[in-house]
Amino acid sequence: MSTPTATLGKQRTPVRPGRILLHLFLASMALVWIGPLAWAIYSALRPYAETSEKGYVSWPDTLNFDNFTNAFTQSDMSHYFVNTMIIAVPAVLLTLFLSSMVAFYVSRFDFRLNLALLLVFTAGNLLPQQVIITPLYRLYLLIDLPGITMSGKLYDSALGLVLIHVAFQSGFCAFVLSNYMRSLPHELTEAALVDGASVWRQYWQIVLPLCRPAMAALATLLSIWIYNDFFWALVLISTGENMPITSALNNLTGAYFTDPNLVAAGALLTAIPTLIVYFVLQRQFVSGLTLGANKG
Amino acid sequence: MTTDITKENPEAAAVPPSGAAPAENAKKVPQGHRRLLTRRDRITLGFMAGLPTILHIALVWVTALASIALAFTTWDGIGFDSIKWVGLQNFKELFEQNPQFWPAVQHNVIWFVVLIVIPTPLGLFLAVQLDKKIRFSRVYQTAFFLPVVLSMAVIGFVWQLIYNPDTGLINSIIGANEPGKYIDWIGDPDLNLWAILVAASWRHTGYMMILYLAGLKGVDPSLREASSLDGANEWQTFKNVIFPTLRPTNTVVLVVTIIEALRAFDLVFVFNKGAEGTELLSILVTNNIIGESSRIGYGSAIAVVLLLISLVVIIPYLVATFRKERRA
Repeated sequence: MSTPTATLGKQRTPVRPGRILLHLFLASMALVWIGPLAWAIYSALRPYAETSEKGYVSWPDTLNFDNFTNAFTQSDMSHYFVNTMIIAVPAVLLTLFLSSMVAFYVSRFDFRLNLALLLVFTAGNLLPQQVIITPLYRLYLLIDLPGITMSGKLYDSALGLVLIHVAFQSGFCAFVLSNYMRSLPHELTEAALVDGASVWRQYWQIVLPLCRPAMAALATLLSIWIYNDFFWALVLISTGENMPITSALNNLTGAYFTDPNLVAAGALLTAIPTLIVYFVLQRQFVSGLTLGANKG
Repeated sequence: MTTDITKENPEAAAVPPSGAAPAENAKKVPQGHRRLLTRRDRITLGFMAGLPTILHIALVWVTALASIALAFTTWDGIGFDSIKWVGLQNFKELFEQNPQFWPAVQHNVIWFVVLIVIPTPLGLFLAVQLDKKIRFSRVYQTAFFLPVVLSMAVIGFVWQLIYNPDTGLINSIIGANEPGKYIDWIGDPDLNLWAILVAASWRHTGYMMILYLAGLKGVDPSLREASSLDGANEWQTFKNVIFPTLRPTNTVVLVVTIIEALRAFDLVFVFNKGAEGTELLSILVTNNIIGESSRIGYGSAIAVVLLLISLVVIIPYLVATFRKERRA
């Protein structure tokens, strides 16, 4: 016992200058990494008139939030935030609900096709989105939903985006949740089974509550992914009015092309909700990412 | 008589197997579940698995198969009558006549190579440093990880503030922001892919760092202790002890990086819509939908190429993963 601690103690002392070097290195790297964001914030805080006169790399005379308020009011951002919420909230909840049911089926019972089913879900999530987009786009144009969606079709509707998010992301969630559920002891549900609990009760009252940590991690991850989605909305939404915030931002930059400061403010405003979610739920977010990855 | 005995012996020997039968039953105990399930339970289960599966298969797999079918047709998208079977013509045209196809393939490959050569080892290096339980580890981690939280679209806009020819940070600093001296980071076909890859690497580093940090957490600390007892220095310990145990993480990192390289789209689209110098397979597919010319069969042919390349990665990965699952 004493030998390892002795060697450790011996190693600790000469390491110190190394530690300072390490901190210097990490701090400067971190500054470089924050740099682009800091530059965007700095640009967004300065009036366009000042930067066009003095140049962008210059000492500021005035710093204010005018660009942020202008970007927010002029571009009707609150409307697009609402659009995103209409898509993201149901999509996250439905994905978790549906994928947990599949995971329950696959992990708690021994049916013959279980592994194949899980394989189908997992592989589906790994496909690049562009592999399926052309037929999906055509399919969405074909499906008439008069009175149900604003556009009368699945295309150009929030419902259409919710469905593809759910279908696509449930692959990842089913894989993660089935691994998680498999680690729960079988005795739990077996006891319930003997007591005559129905399959639904086993799922809803026993297994699901135990999956809360994994569900929380996945919910955080899914919120950020679906909020950040650009591609599905770009192709499957055609009316500017219906766009979620990220693709709307792309449309708006055309109008403000002459004012990069305003564009910077707009982009930063778009990022605020994800940053809040990240800072508040950091642990869940990271564990969600690695839940899936560690299993490989 | 002797034959009788031998005849009897196998029968006697047959008793233990019948005794082993309960053991076999015990193995099948989960199967017993099925007998315990009521009719209603079975309907519930069918619904629980069926509904999500139908949605997933209809929107993901049916469309993927439809992509393959459509790749052998021409279709202008107006009515089903105009669908015509053309065999391999789309692929022929793609490989031989489309001036954007081979550059796009090349750019996808470059995208992967850059991500695996620069941000991935950097992410690993940062993870190893941050794993030393140093102070402010959380602060550093947050700084490196922040880009991963942002949408690719936002990243695109943020980096345009740096690359813009007349108002961007780089040209302003080096004095190339005046007419005649412009360095067009976004428009120049020799520069733009690399400029975008800097932004992509900026994001990828943080992602890789987190994956490796999680992997390093799983390394048995006694391995490290043993190696330091053996007098190995930090590099030797990493090379001979830590890195080999990170094998599962490395697999995930490789798969994630290849898939990210094949999926690359948003950043390029926001930067310059995949114009000259930044063509990617994903951009070519999308241009056939949101561009003016809707050539569905042709677009699907590109999607099939993308599908085939991804399957080369997805299938071995899934086989390895699920083989492990079955064993577990």
